[in-house]
Amino acid sequence: MLSYLWVSMILFGILFSAFSGNLSGITSAVINSSRESVEICLTMLGVLSVWAGMMKIAENSGLIKSLTKKIMPFLKFLFPKLDKESQSIKYIATNIIANMLGLNWAATPAGLKAMQELQKINIDKKIASREMCMFMILNMSSLQIISINIIAFRSQYKSQNPSETIGPGLIATSISTLSAIIFTKVFEKIYFKDGDQK
Amino acid sequence: MIPVCFILIILHAYVNKIAIYDSFVSGAKEGIITVFKIFPTLLGLMLSVAILRESGALNFISKIFLPLAKIIGYPCEAIPLTFMRLVSSSASTSLILDIFKNHGPDSFIGRFVSIMMSCTETIFYTISVYFMSVKITKIRYTLAGALISNFFGIISSLIITKIFFHY
Repeated sequence: MLSYLWVSMILFGILFSAFSGNLSGITSAVINSSRESVEICLTMLGVLSVWAGMMKIAENSGLIKSLTKKIMPFLKFLFPKLDKESQSIKYIATNIIANMLGLNWAATPAGLKAMQELQKINIDKKIASREMCMFMILNMSSLQIISINIIAFRSQYKSQNPSETIGPGLIATSISTLSAIIFTKVFEKIYFKDGDQK
Repeated sequence: MIPVCFILIILHAYVNKIAIYDSFVSGAKEGIITVFKIFPTLLGLMLSVAILRESGALNFISKIFLPLAKIIGYPCEAIPLTFMRLVSSSASTSLILDIFKNHGPDSFIGRFVSIMMSCTETIFYTISVYFMSVKITKIRYTLAGALISNFFGIISSLIITKIFFHY
């Protein structure tokens, strides 16, 4: 699935620019993007490690455990098959909370660990499990409560009221998250009949 | 937000008497490993996005959607951003700044993109990084679910902008 997507993006891009006579743009795109990804990774190396360190403190101090408990009813509804005490649910909770607060850098390490834990209990290691699908779709439905970057950009460009989009944004993101949950629950019913795990 | 979180985390740890600095260091070490692990995925992703962007294919796709956008009252200048938002967060940021510069953040399109950015996500980045990190190749209905939730987000942003700001 992913490789099809990747291949078609590249092929479509190169063929399209060949027809529009812009192949030199592709050459610079290749060079620039590889440099850019190294730059991003260097930034990530710093920021993400700082957050991974902070998250480790929160994990060892029991902060994450108590936060997980607070959103447990919600998690139980989304992941009914997951053990309440498992590591995976703790990392999922951390990822969700960090995402809600808009701390993307803190969310990524926890999210990747959640995937590792889910993979451990996955039956077919090549196919995404039901919990993985729910977790990923939820993650991509945008959980962020307040988008701080956007407010900063708005005030940077002299908005009269930079924060006026917070309320409407909150409604919009609730709708996208709600539709994600409904969709996934419906698809779970179609894909996993009679408690079939695969 | 960040200073508040730091203080809360550290105070909580201090009260519970754990080895704070040791925990930080061991976590940071895991963080470094994480970054190294996702670098190849990120590289591949950024390559394909850059090729797609530079080729002008995105503008072409945007043009296809133009008539439809006009019918539903969707701001035309926001179409490239809508697609870019799904693949790259840095590229969509530069597009949004362009819109703010050209139309102002308090215009219809400025307000609309502000709201739309808050309920959409870089789908392809997230899917690639997370699934590749555990070597999952079949992702079932994940892409469909993500696209649907983002689609609902985009459409509701449009409706909400019109209702809230009386356009």
